[in-house]
Order: sequence, then structure tokens, then C-alpha cells
Amino acid sequence: MDAPAPAISLKATGRSRRRLFSNRLAELGATIAAALAVGALVILIWSVAARGLDALNWDFFTKGPAVFGQAGGGVAPALVGSLLLVAIATAIALPFGVMAAIYVSEFAPNRLAEQVRLWLDVLNGFPSIVIGIFVFALCVKVSVPVVGWGHHQSAFAGGLALAIIMLPLVARATMEVLLLVPNHLREASYALGVSKWQTVLRVVLPTSFGGILTGTTLAIARAAGETAPLLFTCAIAGQVTDWNPTHSVNSIPLMIFQNSESPDPGLQSQAWAGAFVLIMFVLITSLTARFLLDRSQKKQGLAR
Amino acid sequence: MEAASVPAPAALGHTRRLTDRIGDVALHVITALAALLAVVTVFAIIWRVFQGAWPAFKVFHLSFLSDNVWNAPQSQFGARDLIIGTIVTSFGAVLLAAPLSIAIGFFLSELAPPAVRGPVGTLIEMLAAVPSVVIGLWGIFVLAPFDAQHAQPFLSSFLGWIPIFSDGQDKVESTVFTAIVVLTIMIIPITSSICRELFVGVPNELEEASIGLGATRWEMVRTVIVPTVRGGVVAAVILGLGRALGEAIAVSQVIGNFIPLKTSIFQPGDTLASRVAGQYQGAVTNLQISALIYLAAILLVITFIANVGAQRIVKRFEFQKAGG
Repeated sequence: MDAPAPAISLKATGRSRRRLFSNRLAELGATIAAALAVGALVILIWSVAARGLDALNWDFFTKGPAVFGQAGGGVAPALVGSLLLVAIATAIALPFGVMAAIYVSEFAPNRLAEQVRLWLDVLNGFPSIVIGIFVFALCVKVSVPVVGWGHHQSAFAGGLALAIIMLPLVARATMEVLLLVPNHLREASYALGVSKWQTVLRVVLPTSFGGILTGTTLAIARAAGETAPLLFTCAIAGQVTDWNPTHSVNSIPLMIFQNSESPDPGLQSQAWAGAFVLIMFVLITSLTARFLLDRSQKKQGLAR
Repeated sequence: MEAASVPAPAALGHTRRLTDRIGDVALHVITALAALLAVVTVFAIIWRVFQGAWPAFKVFHLSFLSDNVWNAPQSQFGARDLIIGTIVTSFGAVLLAAPLSIAIGFFLSELAPPAVRGPVGTLIEMLAAVPSVVIGLWGIFVLAPFDAQHAQPFLSSFLGWIPIFSDGQDKVESTVFTAIVVLTIMIIPITSSICRELFVGVPNELEEASIGLGATRWEMVRTVIVPTVRGGVVAAVILGLGRALGEAIAVSQVIGNFIPLKTSIFQPGDTLASRVAGQYQGAVTNLQISALIYLAAILLVITFIANVGAQRIVKRFEFQKAGG
């Protein structure tokens, strides 16, 4: 027995068909767009790895640059310099960023808190080259009567520029985790007769320690890759390993920037190797930080 | 217990330990100073940059903005083509990145299966973590040759009748076009992750109502989701624009650092930030240094306007959302 043919066809025709077709087209387009973005990252990492891995060897990490015209050599001074710069920047940005965040979320009245947040966002939006120029005008060009802040570029100046980049990142991240600290913890502490400053330092801060650590790690990853703030503050440097923060030191991003414009294939391959080290450092620290944040948030969620 | 034996709050204050009284005030004051320092930094940056630009301003006045010359030996400086180059590269990048970011937001919030969403979202955000100097290095040695050999001939073969897409006589690798592509790659992770957050935040009832009325998924995005979060999308794009305007390193590596600007984007050019970065070893005279700081001051004004504009839009948008 044949089923009666439906009076109305269920197959899309005319206007419906066009709508379904444009829907498919849009979905395809969106998928391609996402694939393009992921593809860009994959191609980027692939090219850096393919060119950088060859030049990576023990000398790369331990030796200084080769004498002009000779092959080999390494980037030990730049590695040490990067370490020094990031350490100085973190030492400045971490305490100030955390304290500013404590003020905003624990002490400040709403209107003031909003203002501080606004100006931190503005600071975060400043181009990094402008921050480099600012530090240059502040303590490189004009001499300031503090030891080591004289008339020249130094790791202090470069570290200060990086610290200004890190400050809004650390402060915003800390504010966000301080907001997540449940109010009943603060209330429990007050109920036990603990004063406000003790509550902030002994209850609120330890609870948000993980989040602050994550935010700081992400800020360090950002600062480690910044070149523009260093150009005018800590760029003209010797070729030997130097731990003195009053001297101008070389750094990995700067080495990549300078070598990328060099016609010497040896220097170019050092730039690729440096890029590989930098990209791995940045990706691994950011991924670890995010993973730890996810885990601590899940743990907090379970504890509640 | 008698009510009368409970001390008044004011009396309680006097029983507190001295360290607590000092500690509360001290922590309040110290943290307030740190917050103040952050705000003061912003104004110090603005003040110092304008102060540094003053000697050049006294010499060139506002004609610095309309003159087009960069001659260090003769101490003649002007920023016209640098400003135009900055605007062309940034807006070009935003023009490419905005539709792509909305599409990626659509993919991550509606299309992708849940198992794909997390990893793809993370990968795209990782793109934002790649240092600009690495993207620039890649731009010089991988992207620029590809552009010169494939992308530019392809584009100018059917868009070549428009002057800005016309093919030059000689194939150059350092071009404005390559800088636009590099900037696009740099701002897509920023704008697309904001777009995703915005799209995910649209109330489910709205989406369901739209689907219930027979809309396709694309129609739902086009007629419900995007209009609902329009302000946020605009702000995301402006944030991306701010990033593109201020990017110095990667642009300086690929753009060729050349003025006067040519008509075609397949030719070298330069931007404000890239010019400042490119001159870091070559600035000798005080006037040249001041001219560079003048460039930084122009850049500061442009990005400041963009960022404050974006924040205003976000605020208005949040207000609307809160008001229903």
C-alpha cells in the first residue's frame, strides 16, 4: 500500500532554500575563520621551531656572541639581561600592583575605585613604545641624582619601563581575585575580633594567593617578550654577560629585533633560536598559569 | 545578660589594641598611595611626553602634522605620511579583523561542539601571547616573501584597477600590505575572545525565542545576538584598533620604514610607532630626539581617544543591559 504523497513538499524551496543556503554559507565562513586563526598560530610556531631548533645547542645558552665574521657563539648575555630586566620589573610591579588592587577592592569608596580602575585601563592601553619614550625622557635623557640613574641607559631604566607595562596587568588580575574572595570569610574574621588590616593580610591575601600568582605569571610572560619599552632605555649594550643593573644589558627580544634585520645568516638563525626559546617560555608559562587558575577555581567551587 | 552592660560602639573603639589602630590606618594609607601612584604614572607619562615634544613643537608648530619630510642631517621633520600610514595600516587591519573576529565568536559560541570550544578558544588566545618581535621575525622571513610572490600578484590581478591595489614595477617584500596582515594576526585574538564572551553572555531565552520563530542559526546571530551586544562588539574592535595603532616592533620589521608614502599598499611605508622604534640608535641631535617624542605624543593622543572612546561605549552598553 502506498503512503499518500504529502500535500506539501517538505523539501525547502524558494525563499526557505535561500535562507538555509545562506545559513550554511555563514556557518562555513565562521568555521573557516576559526581555522584561519588556529592555522596562523600553528604555522607561526612551526616556522619558528623548524628554523630555531637547528641553532639551539649548549653554546647558545652559555657563550657570548662570536667575534665578528666567525660562526657559532651564543646569547648568554641576552639571556642574563632578560632575566635581570624581568626580575627588576616584577620587583617593582608586583608590590605596587597588589597594593593598588587591595586599596580598590578593600578600602576605596566606589567612585574612587572606579576612577583607579579607569586610569589603570588607560595605562594598559598606552602603546608600549610610548612608555619606553616616557622612561627615556624621565631617567635616561635627563640625569636624576640617584645612583645608577644617571645620564645613560641601564637595566634599571629598562626594568622600570617593563614594570609600567606589568603594573596594570598585575593590578587588574589581583582585583579580580580579591572580588572572588567570599565575603563570609571576611565576616568570620571580623566576628572573631580581628582588625581589618589583619583580615586583609592574613585572610584575604592568602586566599587569593593562587590568583595573584597566575596574574603575575601572565604579566611576566608579557614583559619577557616586550621589545619596544627597551629600545630607548636599555638597548645599547656590551657583548659580555653583565649582572650589574646600573649598566645597560642586552635582552632576548632586543637580540631578535636586531638580528632579524641583519643580512648575516648566522645572526638570523640566532634570532630564530631566540624566538623559539621566547615563544616556548611565553606559551608554557601562560598555559601553566591558566591551568593552575582553572584548577584552583574548581577546587574553590567544590569547597563551597 | 543585661543590655546595659553592652558597651556602645564608640567605647569599643577605645578598647582596640594600638597596633590595630595603627595597622588599619597604615594599610589604608599605603595601599591608597600605591593606587595614587598608578594614577599619577598615567599623568606623568602624558606630562613628560608632551614636555619632551615641546622643543620640536616650538620649531615646527602644528605644521609638523602636515609636513612630509624626515631629513635628520638638515633637521627637518614632519609627520604627515607617518600619520596617514598609521591610520591606513590600523584601519586596514581592523577591517580584516572585525568580520573574522565576529565569525570566530559565532563559531566558538554557537557552532563548535563543546569538546572543540575550549581548546580552539585557548589556541586563539595563545596567539595573543606570542611576542610581537617574534611575529615580526616571522613576518620578515615567511609572510613577506609569501605576500610578494603569491598574495600581491593574486590580489592585484583582479583589484589592480583600483590605485591602492596596483602592482608596482618591482616586487618589494617590505610593504604596507604585509604590515596590515601582521597587525590583523595580532588583533584577532583580542577582538575575537571579547566577541565570544559577549555572544555567550546573550540570554538564552532570546536565542531560543529566535530559533522558535524559525530563524536559522545565522539569522539568529545576525538579527538577535549581534544587535544585542552591538556596543560591546564596537568596543572590542576599538580596543583592537588601539593595539594596532600603537604596535611599533612588528610593523617596523615588515613595513620597510619608507616615506613618502606611495599610492599602492604593495609598496613600503611607515607608521608613527614604527618610525620611533626604527630611530632608536640613530637619534643624535636634541631636535631629532624631540621630534621623535613629538611622534610619540601624537600617538598618545590618538590611542588615548580610542581607548577612552571604547570604555565610554562599554559603560553605556553595561548601563543599558543593567536597565533591562
